[in-house]
Amino acid sequence: MDETKKQDQTSTHKIGIYLWIWGLLFVLSFCSYMVDWFQFQGLLRWSLILIFMFLKAALIMMFFMHLFWERYAIVNVLLWPMTAIACFVGLMVAEGKYTLFSRLFYFFVGGQ
Amino acid sequence: MSDPKIEGYEFKPGYKGMARDTASDQTMFKGVHWGKAMMWIFLLSDTFIFSCFLISYMKGRGSTTVEWPNPSEVFALHVGGVPVPLLLIAIMTFVLITSSGTMALAVKYGYERNRKMCGWLILATALGGLTFVGMQAFEWSKLIHEGVRPWTNPFGAPQFGSFFFMITGFHGTHVSIGVIFLSIYAYKTFAGHYDEGKRGWFTSMKGNYVEIEILGLYWHFVDLVWVFIFAFFYLW
Repeated sequence: MDETKKQDQTSTHKIGIYLWIWGLLFVLSFCSYMVDWFQFQGLLRWSLILIFMFLKAALIMMFFMHLFWERYAIVNVLLWPMTAIACFVGLMVAEGKYTLFSRLFYFFVGGQ
Repeated sequence: MSDPKIEGYEFKPGYKGMARDTASDQTMFKGVHWGKAMMWIFLLSDTFIFSCFLISYMKGRGSTTVEWPNPSEVFALHVGGVPVPLLLIAIMTFVLITSSGTMALAVKYGYERNRKMCGWLILATALGGLTFVGMQAFEWSKLIHEGVRPWTNPFGAPQFGSFFFMITGFHGTHVSIGVIFLSIYAYKTFAGHYDEGKRGWFTSMKGNYVEIEILGLYWHFVDLVWVFIFAFFYLW
């Protein structure tokens, strides 16, 4: 019976929070679809895509996955490894540019 | 979600609390069910796998000298003879978000011990996932019909096909596995396993509505990955 008692103490969140986040996710998805619909190009397109993407990801993780209410001990264990991914992205951007450069150079200029 | 009290231990908020939790010579993730912590660690490793796919896609796309196929043309659907860009993908995105929302509500009703509501919402989530996989199968067969292969395609850079099938295929596999588990958990919820504390077949752990939250974490993660795939593969 102890188990049941512990269960009853579990706090749940008001349904309004979930419905709000749900609605916001719909709006943000619609906005990112509109980026393609209006065929925005260049820096505007990329920045809008990234902003909407990160906002959606943050909303899902914070409220649907409850990270907003979790203790910092687990939140930090989960989020810090993401910096390794960011480093990897940076490395591969540089590597990709180098590959593209050498391809252009050797395909079109030719190497002796 | 829940912070059950630990006797003789005072919960402190923020980084101070983190330092105390970590240095307390006790369990580190206080108030977090072990299953939930393990699911988070699994999701972290899965994040790395998907990141590797997306990063290799970024590098492949960034380093090819051939022009990349324009996704808003490749993935356009013809409605009444007019091509609508990314229509199917947009619908898939909305379906997945809808199912994520029903899952979040299922977790809430589960903790409120509302068995029927929780079960129906899980079932709705499974239905959303199934719809998503169905539309993905349609998309794949359409592209294969148009001649897209992992090594070639009629639209541009040949790498396009391999990245497309690998990334969306791996994500689709996650959705499919999610649908299977959602169905099992819907049955378990309706059968009252979480109310009675019945033990599962994988584990000797007593049934508890926290399992719905753990399943929910997986499902939201699948939605989360789609957010990134949608942005980087379809919109970029």
